[in-house]
Amino acid sequence: MDLAFSPAERAFQEEVRAFIAENYPAELRGKQEEGEELAKEDYLKWHRILHAKGWVAPAWPKEYGGPGWTATQRYIFSEELARADTLPILPFGINMVGPVIYTFGTAEQKARFLPRILSGEDWWCQGYSEPGAGSDLASLRTRAERVGDHYIVNGQKTWTTLAQHADWGFFLVRTDPAAKPQEGISFLLIDMKSPGITVRPIITLGGEHEVNEVWLENVKVPVENRVFEENRGWTCAKFLLAHERTGIAGVARSKRGIERLKSIARIETDDDGRPLLHNPFFRRKVADLECDLTALEFTELRTLAGEAAGRGPGPESSLLKVKGTEIQQRITELVLEAVGHYAAPYFRAFPEGSNEYPIGPAHAHRAAPTYFNMRKTSIYGGSNEIQRNIIAKMVLGL
Amino acid sequence: MDFGFTETQTMLREQLARFFRERYDFDTRQKMLAREGGRDPAVWKAFAEELGILGAGFPESLGGLGGGAVEHMVIMEELGRAIAIEPYLDTCVIGGHALLAASGPLAESLVPGIIAGDVIMAFAWAEPKSRYNPARIATRASADGAGWTLDGHKAVVLAAPWATHWLVTARTSGSPGDRDGVSLFLVEAGVPGVTRRDYPTVDGIMASELYFERSRVGPHALLGREGEALPLVEELLDRAAAATCAEAAGTMRRLHELTLDYAKQRVQFGQPISRFQVIQHRLVDMLMEVEQAVSMAYQATLRLDLPAPERARAVSQAKAKIAKGARFLGQAAVQTHGGIGITNELAAGHYFKRLTMLESRYGDQDHHLARLEALMMAEAA
Repeated sequence: MDLAFSPAERAFQEEVRAFIAENYPAELRGKQEEGEELAKEDYLKWHRILHAKGWVAPAWPKEYGGPGWTATQRYIFSEELARADTLPILPFGINMVGPVIYTFGTAEQKARFLPRILSGEDWWCQGYSEPGAGSDLASLRTRAERVGDHYIVNGQKTWTTLAQHADWGFFLVRTDPAAKPQEGISFLLIDMKSPGITVRPIITLGGEHEVNEVWLENVKVPVENRVFEENRGWTCAKFLLAHERTGIAGVARSKRGIERLKSIARIETDDDGRPLLHNPFFRRKVADLECDLTALEFTELRTLAGEAAGRGPGPESSLLKVKGTEIQQRITELVLEAVGHYAAPYFRAFPEGSNEYPIGPAHAHRAAPTYFNMRKTSIYGGSNEIQRNIIAKMVLGL
Repeated sequence: MDFGFTETQTMLREQLARFFRERYDFDTRQKMLAREGGRDPAVWKAFAEELGILGAGFPESLGGLGGGAVEHMVIMEELGRAIAIEPYLDTCVIGGHALLAASGPLAESLVPGIIAGDVIMAFAWAEPKSRYNPARIATRASADGAGWTLDGHKAVVLAAPWATHWLVTARTSGSPGDRDGVSLFLVEAGVPGVTRRDYPTVDGIMASELYFERSRVGPHALLGREGEALPLVEELLDRAAAATCAEAAGTMRRLHELTLDYAKQRVQFGQPISRFQVIQHRLVDMLMEVEQAVSMAYQATLRLDLPAPERARAVSQAKAKIAKGARFLGQAAVQTHGGIGITNELAAGHYFKRLTMLESRYGDQDHHLARLEALMMAEAA
């Protein structure tokens, strides 16, 4: 056992760090610190910079445009991105549909879609959940009927993240209503500009427009846009869910979050006027949280080592998801506590372009909305209840 | 021992509950928030004229119904159930008690206005650096001829944009943190030299930052004795915290009901999710928090008239316990609802937001536990 990176890995770390320092757009840094809502173009700007460098899809095999990194290199890369607090690379194309296409797709599908995912030309969204199919995803009812060389798709999807920007969506649809739930599902790639698609915003508790409802009414989808065999889309879905969970631990982002929490707690004062970080009650909570994060980090490293030794991410990724999201949520609780009274003002209500100076310290502005918003993490990507079911079944054999 | 309510108190509750059911449902509330000024003033008028509840805590000699803390508790629980935005706590609980404590002509002149719904009050005690300690204030009041001049910044003053009068704490001597030197002033809203910046809070109330800059108030603005207001301010905050406990208990009870209803009708894996044991146990844990919150609201309310250390212990125990329970219950409610619990579309999310704010209003769990520890140490010494 050895905790240290090899000299080559350390050199790689230096290279990544230097690249980010030299290339991350300064204007994005400013926007994030101000807590401004990010536009499509903001995400794409950083995406294109990484693409030009050949680093946008760390996990992709070299033949499809990945950098050919080891698991350790990928870990270092994601650590460095988080350390520098860059915008995330949106997962829908790179981490989700891309791997499905290069694993299950035809040569034509690979040639058509993969380069545009890498370049950022196509923005992807995920059509999985439905109003009646959340944790029980296999009960989905969006129907695709085969008519000649097309499918006609009807139904409703929900919680579709950033669909308002999307060019393409990958959808789970029912192609055989008579079969068992998991056996009648197909995986379709749908052009979001197709007639019959309506995207409606869902506004979440902090006032954000992040998720949407997507309505499909007689949407015509060419059969060539189906990935893998008809009625075997569940195989793609399961594969994708496993992919979605790797990295969901968010260790590096949480480290950064705790650093930010500490810097806030150095500025905020307690009832006696001391910095909050000197308050024994508060600092103990921070120390406790750091213990949880270290335990998660080393659990992730053990998983990573297993992966490097050729064992794929298995049900233990459910553990990473549960603990990772609990820690992310705990950070937002402590930030909320730290800012005290100034958690209350609601800023989204300020008129656009208002030049009034904001109320309370800047670090307090997003404390409550972020706390509210982060409740989603124990619900999305397979709720934490479902993750526990997976561990019970797959690990404990119950 | 008697935990029963009088007939009048029961009527008060039922009357208010009916009003909220019929005229203050979730959609109506959301429309009020979107109005100019962030509320519907007709509701407050109806409280005064139709329901007659604004006098519940005032003595009959001043035109009130002769009730007290228990009536406040009943009303706050119902306001909590409806996640109402009405400034009852600010005006009747805090403002009312401050006026009664000051007694004399001032109380006599303003209390009838409160009961009639014409006077609304806001309590400006917090400052950017005070956290939850009312003595850690820097706002100054200097004697100025016959009156006083105020300078300083009061933070997150709830209901201030709606108020006709502000209760303002300021230092007449000493420095932030000193127990001596805190004075309490009653300031008419709109006094010259005050800049008011209004904003909505995340739970739908309107609040202000108040910036006093050489603001002159008359000699009668001082309530009580110069520099000796801290004990009264602490009592006002304890009464506010106890009322907030009752409010939270009502909000928790309703959010638990909403979650239970949802779990019964939401079907996944071919059955209502309420059939899953993990959901059942969570709903039971939530119920246990609701019941303890109600118990703690009673406990604090019934001990408000005890000597200061006993009152402080009762209130801090209640607020610390409820802050923790409110967080658990709010999070559990959202988790049980799933995605829909995080949207602005359903009432549940708004109950969660309100509970999150009530956790720390008039002191968070850490503040009240620290206060309890200090009381424990003082007792041991």
